[in-house]
Amino acid sequence: MTGLRYVYAVCRPFDAPLQAQLTGVAGAPPRQLRHHDLIAVVSEVPERDFAEEPLRAHLEDLDWLTATARAHQSVIDALTVVTTPLPLRLGTVFRDDSGVRVMLEDREDGFRRTLDRLTGRVEWGVKVYAESEAQEPSQESAKVASGRDYLRQRRRSHRAHEEMWVNAERFARRLHESLSEFAEDTRLHAPQNSALSGVPGRNVLNAAYLVPRARSEEFVELVDRTKNEEPGLRVELTGPWAAYSFSGEENS
Amino acid sequence: MTFPSRVPEPYGQNGSANLADILERVLDKGVVIAGDIRINLLDIELLTIKLRLIVASVDKAKEMGIDWWETDPALSSHARRDELSRENAELRARLAELDDGRYAGEPEPAIERGRAREEPS
Repeated sequence: MTGLRYVYAVCRPFDAPLQAQLTGVAGAPPRQLRHHDLIAVVSEVPERDFAEEPLRAHLEDLDWLTATARAHQSVIDALTVVTTPLPLRLGTVFRDDSGVRVMLEDREDGFRRTLDRLTGRVEWGVKVYAESEAQEPSQESAKVASGRDYLRQRRRSHRAHEEMWVNAERFARRLHESLSEFAEDTRLHAPQNSALSGVPGRNVLNAAYLVPRARSEEFVELVDRTKNEEPGLRVELTGPWAAYSFSGEENS
Repeated sequence: MTFPSRVPEPYGQNGSANLADILERVLDKGVVIAGDIRINLLDIELLTIKLRLIVASVDKAKEMGIDWWETDPALSSHARRDELSRENAELRARLAELDDGRYAGEPEPAIERGRAREEPS
C-alpha cells in the first residue's frame, strides 16, 4: 500500500456505522485502526500532497486549507454523532499504519485519561457580538450651529458609545458566568476579528463550554433565552463540536 | 445502534459556524501529536498574517507579537482611553476650525469643560 496516513482522531472502538459517503481530506473514506482498546481514525492521503514539502506549501494556500479544514471537521462531526472523539490538530500525518500504532502505544495512557474525562460530553461555542452602529444616535446629527453644539453632540454620542461597551462587557461577563455554572468546564478564546470572520459586529465574547450530551438541550435553551435580552447585542451559538477546546491533557 | 443520548440538532452547521470557527478549532485546538510528517503549524506563514489572527490563541499570538485586541476598544480599557484622547484631539481640531470661521472668539472654557467631562470616571 502506498500513501500516507492522515489521523483525525483517537477514540474508543465503536460499532455504529459512520455516515455513508463520508470522505476524508483527500477523498478516501476514513477507517478505524485499532490498538488495544483505542482506535485511531485514519484515511490514506497521497504523498504528493501530504509529504512534508507539499504539505507546507499547501498550508500557505487558503483555498486548500479551507477545503482540508472542512473535510477534517466533517469527519470529526461524523464521529461526534456516534462516539466521543479526541480530535487531533489538522495535518497529523504518519508514513504507515505501524507508525500510527506506535503513536497510540506511546500515548495510550494519556489518551485513555482524556477520553474518560470527555466521554459523553460535547463542546458548545458561544459568541457575543456588539452591533455598534445600531447604538449611534443619528436623529440629532442634523445641523451643527456652533462649536459648542458640535461638542455637546459629540459628547452625547461618545457617552452612548461608552455605555454600549460597558453594557456589552457586563452582559458578556454575566452570560459567561451563568453558562460556566452550567458547564463542566470552559475556555475563553481570543475574540474573532470581524473583518476576517466575515461576521458583522464586534466580537466581545468567544467562549467554549464543555457540556454533557444529556444536558445539551438545556444548555441550548439557556443560551436561546438570552438571545433577545439586550438590544444591540447578538448571541451566537455553534455546536455541538467535538471537545476540541478541552482535549489537552492538562488544562491549558 | 443509535447513540443513546439527546443532542439537539447541530447549530450553525451551514449557518453560523463560520470558517474562522472551524479554523480556530482544527488548527489551534485539538491534540498536538508529532507525526512522521513534521509540520509546526506556527512556523507556517499561512498565506497572510491575518489568518493567524483568526486562529491564534491569546498566548500564542502574544508570542508572535500579535496583540490587536489590546488596541481594540472593545477589549481593552487602555485602548479605550487612547481612543478617547484621539477623539478629544479631533474634537479640539474641529472646534478650532469652527471657531476660526463664524464663531471666532468662542470662549475657551467651553473646550476645557467639554474635555473634562469626557474623561472616564
